[in-house]
Amino acid sequence: MRKSIAALALGASLAAFSLPALAAKTLVYCSEGNPNGFQPALYTDGTTFDASSRTIYSRLVEFKPGTTEVEPGLATSWEVSPDGKTYTFHLRKGVRFQSNFGFTPTRDFDADDVVFTFERMLDKSNPYHRVSGGTYDYFNGMGMPKLIKAIRKLDSYTVRFELNQPNAAFLADMAMDFASIDSAQYADKLAKENKKQDLDLKPIGTGPFELVAYQPDSMIRYRAFPQYWRGKAAIDNLVFAITPNASVRWAKLRAGECQIMAYPNPTDIKAMQADKSIEVLSQPGLNVGYLAFNTEKKPLDNVEVRKALYMAINKKAIVDAVFQGTATVAVNPMPRTIWGYDQSIKDYPHDPAEAKKLLAKAGYPNGFETDIWAMPVSRPYNPDARRMAVMIQSDWAKIGVKAKIVTYEWGEYLKRLGQAEHRTALLGWTGDNGDPDNFLNTLLGCAGVHTTQNIAQWCNKPYQNLMDEALQTTDQSKRAKLYEQAQVIFHQQVPWVPIDYSTVYMPMSKKVRGYTISPTGAHIFYGVSLE
Amino acid sequence: MTSFFLKRLALIIPALAGVSLLTFALVHLIPGDPITIMVGIRGLTPERHAEMLHQLGLDKPLWQQFLMYDWNALHGDLGRSIFTRQPVMTEFLQRFPATVELSLAAIVFAIVIGLPAGVLAAVKRGSWIDHTVMTASLTGYSMPIFWWALLLILLFSVQLGWTPVSGRLSAEYWITPHTGFMLIDTLRENDFDAFENALWHLILPAIVLGTIPLAVIARMTRSSMLEVLGDDYVRTARAKGAAPWRVILVHALRNALIPVVTVTGLQVGMLLTGAILTETIFSWPGIGQWMVQAINQRDYPVIQGGILLIACAIILVNFLVDLTYGLIDPRIRHPR
Repeated sequence: MRKSIAALALGASLAAFSLPALAAKTLVYCSEGNPNGFQPALYTDGTTFDASSRTIYSRLVEFKPGTTEVEPGLATSWEVSPDGKTYTFHLRKGVRFQSNFGFTPTRDFDADDVVFTFERMLDKSNPYHRVSGGTYDYFNGMGMPKLIKAIRKLDSYTVRFELNQPNAAFLADMAMDFASIDSAQYADKLAKENKKQDLDLKPIGTGPFELVAYQPDSMIRYRAFPQYWRGKAAIDNLVFAITPNASVRWAKLRAGECQIMAYPNPTDIKAMQADKSIEVLSQPGLNVGYLAFNTEKKPLDNVEVRKALYMAINKKAIVDAVFQGTATVAVNPMPRTIWGYDQSIKDYPHDPAEAKKLLAKAGYPNGFETDIWAMPVSRPYNPDARRMAVMIQSDWAKIGVKAKIVTYEWGEYLKRLGQAEHRTALLGWTGDNGDPDNFLNTLLGCAGVHTTQNIAQWCNKPYQNLMDEALQTTDQSKRAKLYEQAQVIFHQQVPWVPIDYSTVYMPMSKKVRGYTISPTGAHIFYGVSLE
Repeated sequence: MTSFFLKRLALIIPALAGVSLLTFALVHLIPGDPITIMVGIRGLTPERHAEMLHQLGLDKPLWQQFLMYDWNALHGDLGRSIFTRQPVMTEFLQRFPATVELSLAAIVFAIVIGLPAGVLAAVKRGSWIDHTVMTASLTGYSMPIFWWALLLILLFSVQLGWTPVSGRLSAEYWITPHTGFMLIDTLRENDFDAFENALWHLILPAIVLGTIPLAVIARMTRSSMLEVLGDDYVRTARAKGAAPWRVILVHALRNALIPVVTVTGLQVGMLLTGAILTETIFSWPGIGQWMVQAINQRDYPVIQGGILLIACAIILVNFLVDLTYGLIDPRIRHPR
């Protein structure tokens, strides 16, 4: 009971610490849910990242606004050794950490902070490793513990990462949310006071906004951090008004209760575009929605059969119906916005007659029975999987293939996909860092077989060789060539039917200036001003 | 009275034990586990899955988990949320006042409108007033809450701009939570603008949440009143020349109230359930929204602890209702 009162008092002390002035410029963002916490290293969801890594923290390198191009962050420059196994970062000087009720930093950001941040995740004996549950899923999911051999502080402003094998995507990984830098000085202080968990509850970072107060299910309040190393934000206060229902978010935007909102309903987009006081920004998302064939199961192990099923599907009709014009037809297993996308590949035409011929040639003149798994949840790359499955089912019926639609609750769905119970399944992916490896290798590499990542169970030797070679090459144009070759193999082997690349929409009041949509789905308010 | 009180109290223990067993069973019957949901499509090896299950203690046999849970619960420890890693009790206490505030507002709205409407309908039986009240209450009772809420938001908040769309307080105010009751906290800080703002925020959700109880109370009052209005003592009261309003309000209404109090008490339980939808639409930071999120994420400790605490609240309300009978009707207080 005493603990709970203490927790209630947390909000109180933070509020007493700072009450934002009413006249100041306040941007209200209608967000979609509660963050799980304020320590990005512990979580994997975008809602948590928006509220933590993208407001409070910064990273060694960061994505240039609106792109997945890596630019200097807390590191001003870096060198990669010729063998690709050593990354040396030169750190920015004079970067201030934020302060809160119990902590005022006495030193600037330096190499100790970088070493602490990564050792907490890597080193099981680090005093902070087990704090707050100690699950570093994103860091683990990206293969970091296997990749990073050691982190060394060369001097106060130089840090060296030694890798077990060369990995060209490493730099982009360092721009990801889990790599947000904590203050080692703050951590030491909390450890002495036996309040380690506060590191994750009362966050201190070097980012553009400091946390003022959080009331779950209600709002998060930030104020601009005056000493932010890129310069103070144009707005003074930032408020996340937590509003889980998309229709209500839209109502709040119309009523002027917020100036910008996340995740509109696709069906509302037309009305939003027609509204004179609202501007709707849009950009192709960093995602792909697909139908995967379980290539371990007969007859889907036969490439002719897969090709026949591919050509039987009218992708254009599906994208038009399910997305109502808010997506484009996909050809390759990664979106066009990523470098290395092979423009020369022509999609297979929608041709049921040809599909029937291919089936006959493969020994199935009368078709066969199969299943289509449809996701139970709505995602940007697939807002209505059930409808998509029904359309595919009717397309396949025309060439004699009878498909049964299967669906499970989301957790169960993923678990069973991981166990390869399906024959064909709908799924998709939103990229993490804009590197082709994050699509082509993560989703189709041999390491992902029998997990929820490579649900085609497709492990192709020549393809995998290209993936490995590309990861060990640091020259981007050479890597792009290798990925183009890999896309050709994918096109010939047809482990998936890539269906769509969806568009991301961001409705906002016309008074909002300077917002750029991030391809990774991040919502970033630094650089935004209000008229 | 004391033995009546103790007997009622003794019934609470088996009720709570039953609730805890039932919730535990139901929660584990939902397919899917929190870990797969937590990690999502970002791949998970079977080894890592097993490791995480172990960390959370979810790999133990169910009966062991259940006994552990009850043992801890008896000691006031309801565990921690799998996602936020906060104690369930803390999260509950942060949100419960918001739900109570909303429910009280809704029930006050329902009684203030429902009771007079029911009395009026009974007294003017068969008139247009009666027909209007009955039609309106039937409509109210059958209204899908979700749709009704969106309709009110579109009309009053978006079109007319009279009430705020959602939330408890506008972004320009910040009130430090002391009691968790926004109306009280704003007054404590002598911030009357914020108080007014909070009051406006309360109107639409209270109307939406109070609609069904209002309909139930109005119908119950009407039928209960009709019954007593025909009784001998009412005729006697009229015959001895008591004023008509006195006959209705003092003689008839007091006796008609017992079934009305019963349904009102039951409605409080319904309110907590109704709050789940209302709170989700109006982004009201109470336990309803909290439970929905927990169920979606399979946050076992939160679902179990939350339902147990809600059950406690409902049992408490019913207990109070039982005691109220005693106050209204001496026959219950002094059983022969």
